[in-house]
Amino acid sequence: MSKYAPKKNQLTREFLEKPSPLKGDYADREWWEMPVEFRDGNWCHSAKPEVLKEIGFANPRKWAAPDEDWQLPEGWEKTIHDGLKERLKKFRSLKLYLDACVRCGACADKCHFFLGTGDPKNMPVIRAELLRSVYRNDFPMVEKILKGFSGSRKLTKEVIKEWHMYFYQCTECRRCSVFCPLGIDTAEITMVARELLNLIGVNNNWILAPVANCNRTGNHLGIEPHTFVQNIESLVDDIEDLTGVKVNPTFNRKGAEVLFITPSGDVFGDPGVYTMMGYMLLFEHIGLDYTISTYASEGGNFGLFTTNDMMKKLNAKMYHEAERLKVKWMLGGECGHMWRVVHQYMNTMNGPADFLEEPVSPVTGTKFTNARATKMVHIAEFTADLIHNGKLKLDPRRNDHLRTTFHDSCNVARGMGMFEEPRYILNSVCNSFNEMPEDTIRERTFCCGSGSGINAEEFMEMRMRGGFPRANAVRSVRKSHRVNSLVTICAIDRATLPSLMRYWNPGVTVYGLHELVGNALVMQGEKKRTEDLRENPMAGTEEGDDAE
Amino acid sequence: MKKVFLPLIWVALLSCIPYVGVAYFGMSYIFGVVIPYLAALLFIGGFSWRIYDWLSRPVPFCITTTCGQEKSLDWIAHQKLESPATKWQAALRVMTEVLFFRSLFRNTKAELHTGPQLAYASSKWLWMGGLAFHWSLLVIGLRHARFFFMEPPLFIRLVERTDRFFELTLPAFYMTDALVLTAITFLVFRRLRDAKLRIISLQTDFFPLFLIGAIALVGMSMRYVEKVDVMAVKAQMMNLLSFSFAAPVEIGPFFYVHLFLASVLAVYFPFSKLMHAGAIFLSPTRNLANNSREKRHVNPWNKPIKFRTYAEYEDEYREKMKKAGLPVEKD
Ligand code: HEM
Ligand code: SF4
Ligand code: SF4
Repeated sequence: MSKYAPKKNQLTREFLEKPSPLKGDYADREWWEMPVEFRDGNWCHSAKPEVLKEIGFANPRKWAAPDEDWQLPEGWEKTIHDGLKERLKKFRSLKLYLDACVRCGACADKCHFFLGTGDPKNMPVIRAELLRSVYRNDFPMVEKILKGFSGSRKLTKEVIKEWHMYFYQCTECRRCSVFCPLGIDTAEITMVARELLNLIGVNNNWILAPVANCNRTGNHLGIEPHTFVQNIESLVDDIEDLTGVKVNPTFNRKGAEVLFITPSGDVFGDPGVYTMMGYMLLFEHIGLDYTISTYASEGGNFGLFTTNDMMKKLNAKMYHEAERLKVKWMLGGECGHMWRVVHQYMNTMNGPADFLEEPVSPVTGTKFTNARATKMVHIAEFTADLIHNGKLKLDPRRNDHLRTTFHDSCNVARGMGMFEEPRYILNSVCNSFNEMPEDTIRERTFCCGSGSGINAEEFMEMRMRGGFPRANAVRSVRKSHRVNSLVTICAIDRATLPSLMRYWNPGVTVYGLHELVGNALVMQGEKKRTEDLRENPMAGTEEGDDAE
Repeated sequence: MKKVFLPLIWVALLSCIPYVGVAYFGMSYIFGVVIPYLAALLFIGGFSWRIYDWLSRPVPFCITTTCGQEKSLDWIAHQKLESPATKWQAALRVMTEVLFFRSLFRNTKAELHTGPQLAYASSKWLWMGGLAFHWSLLVIGLRHARFFFMEPPLFIRLVERTDRFFELTLPAFYMTDALVLTAITFLVFRRLRDAKLRIISLQTDFFPLFLIGAIALVGMSMRYVEKVDVMAVKAQMMNLLSFSFAAPVEIGPFFYVHLFLASVLAVYFPFSKLMHAGAIFLSPTRNLANNSREKRHVNPWNKPIKFRTYAEYEDEYREKMKKAGLPVEKD
């Protein structure tokens, strides 16, 4: 296990012994009197100076969160004040959500970080108060007079440290906003707070390094074009070895019907690569005329966790490349925050995409009217339509070695509203699908605990705490239904849930949905399939035991 | 607990001011005419300004919080309220929030058991208490119309009749009087008892509860205990409504306490969290349709941005791309 996380039994003991408002223990002081303490496992490395220089961000220097002096730039207070003022003008959501909270507490125990830490400042309402208290001190006139009364305070270096701590213990998952009677979305506040912190060089290398990479090479991992192609070709070879079928992806090809974009984690990361193999098998199966770009080779967008402008800048490549390649429409792979951006931001920021056509499935003729303007279809929508129209030859028994449950990723759930398609697909490609408890799925799904760019190794303790509610829900279906496979439609989940499962639920493996599709697809001209895409034996096929 | 007692003291002080002023200094003109007019002016002006101020800020992105299946393929059931696809569906969604506190209905209470095992117990108390509180306030507000009209509209008379359904006492007891006091008591006690709420709460959270509680108590005492002359009150209110600055006739000091506290509430309203009454209609996570892929949402401050173009990318990697057999634009 990581040296940045305590042993599981140590953490478990702490859950039970340490007093916390989650368990009904009264705090002995007000939240603003509680100190901020950086220790191993609860802070991420700060961005390297060269990364900041590359993307033109403020205050490049060497520093770390536990340092006494953060070397804030001259006049940082003014930078934050002006920055907040500007954003209050640009975002009604920010102003409204700072003004309107009635502190009813409905959101308090809805945040996975509060559930995993018991730290009062992780209650969404207090997370927002961290900024709200400063805003109140400076902005609405009347409340300024009534200082102690409305809980306002001055902006100090300590407050900046506190912001850095708690706005990076929020994964912008929006679970709180589902429960808030006023619809207050703490993620909106976190996004702005992170923008403000970036203005004075208080930042996170795990987010900004991928941002710089993505800007330069087209993807977070910084993979250059030739390596990108090589890696996919090696997956093509693996597919041929396993199935006897040769799939034929093309790259940067002009005039293809569809441009396919997925997070680079699917091309390089384990277990994402198996999902990538699933996509390619699917496309081969239906003879899709598609191409993959090495330039727009990242579906994800860590700009979303940085600043609005950066999100826009990285996202601009998608339409730019679609226009250059003269494709008709775009298809997007499995990813959470990528889909938040594509669904709710892309067309607004970088559209209109008049050079594309309304997406139509070439196999079924279905018009994806819900993507009429953005012209990008989610792979789960696409596949569900194929299955519904009987266009796929599937043998769900090939996934009989897996007893699955499904994790709704936050962004797809609460920032897009796609719940049924993945379930429909999963039910079509496997025989054992078991839902986790209803308070932990669909719009109430719990974050993996590492979203929004905090899946750094050195942040392991917080990740294991933040992911605890999710892991706990998986554990309950593991107990009741012997579930051994956690299926996701998110590249960050695929990267982070394996360590979460190793920590809390050893024996549960993480899969992408289209990996299971790839297992179940009966390909034309395939050889006898005895192993799944991970080369694990399929049930009933060991030792020449012929199914049926 | 400073944050509980201070607001309580504030409300007590505020109640004494008009009592002393009217009973000992004969300032009924100030408390019966000047202050109510000022308060009404500040309330209307402040409320409108706050709404205007919110409306004048753009909603750059379509950030609906989706709590149900989006509209997608024909054969997949679309959840129209949880993930509205049109403006009308979104409007309906907002109305269910306003009238029934729909999101609050989802509320659960997380519990950490040994194991460690998290459990989520259904917890509808806040929803019930909140609804009882707000609906009672609304009914009480409507009932007050009888002081402002010679002949109150039929609808209001019906509301009043229903509210008086249990004719147990004389004068008839209003259900909402009991409800609002119970609800306020509950809302205050949950802030004190629940460890999470105790740390969340600020003075400005206790103050309106105490203030509204005091208004209600004084109001009720005028009805059931220290009875005031209703016809005199009515004459005074109609006076005010007809923009007359005539001096009020003699009414007991309790009435002035009631009227003054209500004036304080009116002034406090636009500058405090009570503005949630307006905000709930404007909340972008609830009042936007989840149709951002179907219809382009326009951001008024969107401006072109310099990004790394394909040409720049190819310039850097051309040789490597050619070696890998990738097509290039320029040789
Ligand atoms: C459009 C009308 C309104 C709506 C939809 C609305 C909705 C809500 C909701 C959902 C809450 C949180 C839950 C709760 O504590 O009950 C709340 C709290 C509150 N509302 Fe309203 N409200 C409205 C108007 C008003 C008005 C006119 C007042 C007072 C004059 C008021 C006073 C309060 C107070 C004091 C609280 C906080 C309760 C507490 O501290 O626990 N509301 N409101
Ligand atoms: S649920 Fe909404 S209104 Fe209530 S405390 Fe949380 S953010 Fe504030
Ligand atoms: S957005 Fe998610 S992580 Fe952030 S405060 Fe809300 S529930 Fe917690």
